[in-house]
Amino acid sequence: MKRIYLDYAATTPVDERVINVMLPYFKEKFGNPSSVHGFGQISDSALDKSRRSIAANLGAAPSEIVFTSCGSESDNLAIRGTAFSRRKQFGFNHILISPIEHPAVQATADQLSALHGFEVSYLPVDQLGLVDREAFVNHLREDTALVSIMAANNEIGTINHLPEISEICRNRGIPIHTDAVQYGAHHEINVDTLGVDLISLGAHKFYGPKGVGVLYVRSGTELLPTQTGGSQEFGFRAATENIPLIVGMAEAYRLVQEEGPSRREHLIPLRNQIINFVLDEIPASLLTGSSLQHRLPNHASFVFEDLDGNLLVQVLDSEGFACSSGSACKTGDPKPSSVLTSLGYEPSWALGSLRVTLGKDTTQKEVDQFLEILPECIRRVREVSS
Amino acid sequence: MKPVSGSKIVVGMSGGVDSSVAAALLKDQGYDVIGVMLRLWSDSETENRCCAPDAQLDARRIASQLDIPFYVIDAQEAFYQAVVQPFIDGYAAGNTPNPCLNCNRQIRWQFLRSRAKALGAEYIATGHYARIESSENGGYRLLKNPDPDKDQSYFLHVLTQEDLSQTIFPLADLSKPEVRQLAREFGLAVAERPDSQDLCFVGHGNYRDFLRKVNPSSIKPGPILDLNGSVLGEHQGLADYTIGQRKGLGIAGAEPYYVVEKDLENNALIIGFKNKLGRIGFYAVDINWINGESPSESISADIRIRYKSKAMPGKITPLDNNLAQIDLTESLPDITPGQAAVFYQGQVCLGGGIIQREAL
Repeated sequence: MKRIYLDYAATTPVDERVINVMLPYFKEKFGNPSSVHGFGQISDSALDKSRRSIAANLGAAPSEIVFTSCGSESDNLAIRGTAFSRRKQFGFNHILISPIEHPAVQATADQLSALHGFEVSYLPVDQLGLVDREAFVNHLREDTALVSIMAANNEIGTINHLPEISEICRNRGIPIHTDAVQYGAHHEINVDTLGVDLISLGAHKFYGPKGVGVLYVRSGTELLPTQTGGSQEFGFRAATENIPLIVGMAEAYRLVQEEGPSRREHLIPLRNQIINFVLDEIPASLLTGSSLQHRLPNHASFVFEDLDGNLLVQVLDSEGFACSSGSACKTGDPKPSSVLTSLGYEPSWALGSLRVTLGKDTTQKEVDQFLEILPECIRRVREVSS
Repeated sequence: MKPVSGSKIVVGMSGGVDSSVAAALLKDQGYDVIGVMLRLWSDSETENRCCAPDAQLDARRIASQLDIPFYVIDAQEAFYQAVVQPFIDGYAAGNTPNPCLNCNRQIRWQFLRSRAKALGAEYIATGHYARIESSENGGYRLLKNPDPDKDQSYFLHVLTQEDLSQTIFPLADLSKPEVRQLAREFGLAVAERPDSQDLCFVGHGNYRDFLRKVNPSSIKPGPILDLNGSVLGEHQGLADYTIGQRKGLGIAGAEPYYVVEKDLENNALIIGFKNKLGRIGFYAVDINWINGESPSESISADIRIRYKSKAMPGKITPLDNNLAQIDLTESLPDITPGQAAVFYQGQVCLGGGIIQREAL
């Protein structure tokens, strides 16, 4: 059976061009960039080149780019590092996040609250997942150590308008972080336009390798390291740099810039076709997240009333289509997704979610084939759900 | 009927030897096998045997080794309604329920078959030791496994013609040593896993601890009486006892005492000597005839009143409302309300029903 992958928000295959630039750094050019000798210098130069490439693509300075092992680590470093630094410097204890953050942000804030006495409060969001500007202002406090609002949500695809919010933070002198792991995989980022102080990126969402990420740290933003040791990465992250993956990430991110517009042009009509088809053809279906305007270009997400979303994903898989569901759980203990619950969906809807995310190599034919079998799969799952 | 090669078959996998070998055999025979584990329970304190992370990991590993897809499907709500609640209610009513029967009927068959259909599979398979055979009239018969120690037809008497028509028992007539040998030949890592015996959802404790936890009010101390109504002691809850039980009464007499009856109304346990024990006839309800038709008059059959007890010859007289009167040729001391009476003629399992408290 031919398998069709429609879960690019989970991860992507590594681009052939990315693999090629990585390969020499596994074996021939294997030196430790901290070493004095020539082997080390070759690696150090690759590290520097990668850093400058990513910085240039973000409109940032190379000294503002910290390589990490993944988007989750970037989130951890941003949240933990800023929270502890702001407490140490000013005694601030308040963390403000949206209720639909990625678990890497959510669970980090929870732990800071449970173990370290930080006070976490949640911003109101509307049913599309958009943060309300006015409510945001009202939630800021004198002792707010940090704000974190994701750029685009992984489950519902909504893109927040960060520039407005970050401007408020800038005026108040409060550092603001954004998890841009999904957003940055599709949209070019300019750090000054976005206006935030900390940005998390993960390479495997944009055809780079797994196991490498970036945290952009705006110059002047104070951060305590969470992983201590050597002075790599400007002292923000101790560890011998993973040169092959870093080189791969830089190349993959360069391609996001170079091909971003054409990728979006390819993705958006396919995405719209899926959204329109489902809303027209599937009874009791709703689009989750924002309408077409503030939405990731590859992202279609739905809820279906009275349907076991976990089973739907299994049925689609057995038909050869790999998708995901917010409530999906491979151990068979599905819970309504906390994102959908926060947005006000009842369990009878929230348990029946489906996320279809497309990639640059997804074809019109694949989308057509998917839409051909989807209604029948939903009918079969609904028949036994209830 | 044997499904054509390449047909989609859902195999219920528990992570144990039997279901792993069942899956391996079907894969070997060229079927498009999908491994499914039903998630039945999620209370971590009484971690369900089948759904324990270890079992799931084992099943997942076997599926990956066989290169078949593996899905865990949520059945928690259905399992609670169909199996756990009746189990609790059964004990509260003074019976000794057999939850595996409800589980087979409503979860492993009805529920799993419906999910298999959604997955595009017409057939399900399990690692049970029993055989299905087409009968002359186009229907299906359920036959015992030749090893009386492994034969599981007792638990399968609840199946219908429709169930059997869409079910495969790959282990059929195999013996446990043969299955273990096959597991070794297939190189399955679970070949040496010990057999499991306990009720799956009561966890590592016993059913008494489980009942104490989920329905404490059903376990109240009360008097132990002899047949004349004299108080001989105190019991810790009627659910702790089963008819015919001798051990654990802690009351000395001229000869050993046995549990003769449970007086629910007075929460009293009635005990007596061995000669007061035993019934030769009883009613059974919820009778399922596997061939789909109740006989029009009494039939002779061998009757098993417990999973591993020896079958005893007797007569079954079908009555209205899925009721039947069972007359044994000799009285038995341990006829227990809530357990199943299952009927056999030779190797063929005819069906069965649930033993009732009410005397004939």
